[in-house]
Amino acid sequence: MTTLKSVDVVLVGFGWTGAIMGQQFVDQGLSVLALERGPWRDTSTDFATTFAQDELRYMWRHHLFQNVADDTLTIRNNTRQQALPMRRLGSFLLGTGVGSGGVHWNGQIWRFLPTDFQTKSHNQARYGKQAVTDYDLTVQDWGITYDELEPHYDTFDRLCGTSGKAGNLRGKIQPGGNPFEGARSNEYPTPPMVQTYGPTLFGEAAASLGHKPFPHPTGNLSQPYTNPLGAQLGECTYCGFCEKFGCGNYSKASPQTTVLPYLMSKPNFMLKTECEVLRVELAPDKKIATGVTYVNSAGEEFFQPAKIVILSAYILQNVRLLLLSGIGKPYDPATGEGVVGRNYAYQTMSSVNVFFDDKIINPFIGAGAMATVIDEYNGDNFDHGGLGFIGGAYIAGMVTGGRPIEMIYTPKGTPAWGLEWKHAAAKNYLKSFSISVHGSNMSNRGNYLDLDPTYRDVHGRPMLRMTFDFTDNDFKMSNYLTDRASEVARAMGPREIKENRRKGSWNVTPYQTTHNTGGAIMGDDPNTSVVNKYLQTWDVHNVFSMGAGAFPQNAGYNPTATLAALAFHSASAIISQYLKAPGPMVQA
Amino acid sequence: MAVREFDRRKFLLAGAAAGTTAAAVVFHDGELGAPPETITGGMPWAEGAADSPPGADTGTGYVYLTAAEAAFVEAAVDRLIPADPVGPGAVEAGVPTFIDRQLAGTYGRGDHYFLGGPWPAGVQEQGYQSRFSPAQLYRAAVPAVDRYVAGKFKSATFAALSAADRDTVLKGMESGDVHLDGGVNAKSFFAMLLQNTKEGYFSDPMYGGNRDMAAWKMIGFPGARYNYKEWVTRHGERFPNPPVGFKGRPAWKA
Repeated sequence: MTTLKSVDVVLVGFGWTGAIMGQQFVDQGLSVLALERGPWRDTSTDFATTFAQDELRYMWRHHLFQNVADDTLTIRNNTRQQALPMRRLGSFLLGTGVGSGGVHWNGQIWRFLPTDFQTKSHNQARYGKQAVTDYDLTVQDWGITYDELEPHYDTFDRLCGTSGKAGNLRGKIQPGGNPFEGARSNEYPTPPMVQTYGPTLFGEAAASLGHKPFPHPTGNLSQPYTNPLGAQLGECTYCGFCEKFGCGNYSKASPQTTVLPYLMSKPNFMLKTECEVLRVELAPDKKIATGVTYVNSAGEEFFQPAKIVILSAYILQNVRLLLLSGIGKPYDPATGEGVVGRNYAYQTMSSVNVFFDDKIINPFIGAGAMATVIDEYNGDNFDHGGLGFIGGAYIAGMVTGGRPIEMIYTPKGTPAWGLEWKHAAAKNYLKSFSISVHGSNMSNRGNYLDLDPTYRDVHGRPMLRMTFDFTDNDFKMSNYLTDRASEVARAMGPREIKENRRKGSWNVTPYQTTHNTGGAIMGDDPNTSVVNKYLQTWDVHNVFSMGAGAFPQNAGYNPTATLAALAFHSASAIISQYLKAPGPMVQA
Repeated sequence: MAVREFDRRKFLLAGAAAGTTAAAVVFHDGELGAPPETITGGMPWAEGAADSPPGADTGTGYVYLTAAEAAFVEAAVDRLIPADPVGPGAVEAGVPTFIDRQLAGTYGRGDHYFLGGPWPAGVQEQGYQSRFSPAQLYRAAVPAVDRYVAGKFKSATFAALSAADRDTVLKGMESGDVHLDGGVNAKSFFAMLLQNTKEGYFSDPMYGGNRDMAAWKMIGFPGARYNYKEWVTRHGERFPNPPVGFKGRPAWKA
């Protein structure tokens, strides 16, 4: 094994959080090395507009995603089952390569509600202790407030050029925006996208029921924009290929379109692709990391010394690296002790399909965040008294695209094949769309991540094992919210609707969402969290764990803006405090 | 100027050029991996280095499927998507060719499947649990279905059954009521066959199916277009332009 020259900061993984942290540190003059296990990708050559609209290649042949042939995880619904490998990506699509999930995301940009950061204390105060102890929920407060995070949300909006309409500008409710959102310090950098027909019909129906619909805030840009790093984004052309695809039009905010042109030009930044970090190396006292060991795709191993180690891979890799490196005590669901792997959570999705006889929706005209939304039933925006659950969802009349292998909706009772299916597909493709119910997922004592005792990856390391199932809290929330979505669907005057409710145990096969969270959660107590409010691990002060792994539970929103804001918050503290006096930034 | 230890794109292009005659030879990032590279001082970019789609041999004849397997696939997909005046059937649309080319290529080899052991059956929620790659699964499943048919019907093969009997067998596989020998999970195989059929029916014609974009025409999907800006606010109007694929559309070839 070769030992390389030391760097100030090593980034493990080069998606959104790696790019953000890299840019912040490079601007301080630090030497920064990013290790990315996948290939280089850039906009003009990898996602050209002449071939980006390839549903088979990207969505179904997983061209942009982690190759599970080399490394997957094992899955089970509960500890009574034997975990088996996820042999093919399905429920979630894990990114790889430069930009990672920031390449193939939809561009849906949400802030969590102020009360979402106090899930435990707020719900207990309003609904009583049993509101969180029922169903063995292990929800927690984040150890950070919305107000502390707001400036960093704002930074991310300006980085992306987010298109939207403020609903709460410095405490003043604004018409046309989301009246339930936390106070924003600034209006969105660019105006909302123009709504297509489906979302427009949804908005009219929702308003007729007394709701306050607003356009989905989006990183698919409504107009050209130059961000503070000088990166230029283009206007979205509504091609309908965002999620699972790269944008060749420079219209979707991604590390490629917002950060890389700036960061890659800096002499103190270096990127190594096809290099996978095997573990974080610790000094004998286990209080400080000395660097990382990685292997490249030629099979050569290297030790890379570093003063600061930033785990900026996807959450499942971050948690696994913590476990493989012996950082933090692994969680044990039998005793409830330990922290690493604890409070893994997902997202509770359902939907309602709407079918018209007379209205041509043209679903192929879409964008990753092309939607009109209502937020009346998210978080604690409504009274949960007597409902028997906490949490909620946003409800969106959404047309992200009409990719025909994935997105043909057929009425209830239609078989999956045969002449009847073909006729239903031909009749309904242009005249239907889906209302999405994007629900929270509350952490539960039995849902967690650890190392699998049986299965190993191509490097011989234990795979990550995921134990997860939905709880009654999730089912009650999802059913209540799906009923609300159906009310709006019926108000649109369709021929018929079809409810796709959340039923049964979590199943790995159908795609649901890539919003995995938790396992390396943040908090103010080392007994119940892995990292402090600056994403610094409690046990090894120069190791920081980024991403949605820090979420103690998952709110009813898409995670990207929150994980980006947390990265900016962490970088800011490292620069202003840690570089001057390396050590724990919060005393436990 | 970017300094690079190794020029991956030149490597890939050389590989692609060497493999132009064999449709199944496709070099893809993330499918076969790429050599490591170090990038500093700028964005690495090389003229003409687009990571363009692989294309497929859309000619006649089968590359992977044996005659017996081809007969099964044609007979099965013909029931999964039958032909009638509303739109093409899977066979007319070239789905068997699509499936053949997919099985002959990286997908068939299971390049994006984890196939390592051990291989307990697991529960339904755990999804695909087999040692077989897709190509291996077809190879094992077709004779297993024929053995099932031979035992149940007075017919030697699935392909020789009447349409109604083929439907009965397919429905039994779909529901899990039909059990196959040879280590084949009938439900898993049916799910893969149906998925591959819809992929071949609706994917770009470049891959061998969706012949003449007839499946896209049937539903009204305009294909690989990327700019609908002028259409965003034309609510409820039917988009008038015919579909287009990555290689244009049939009318352009004249």
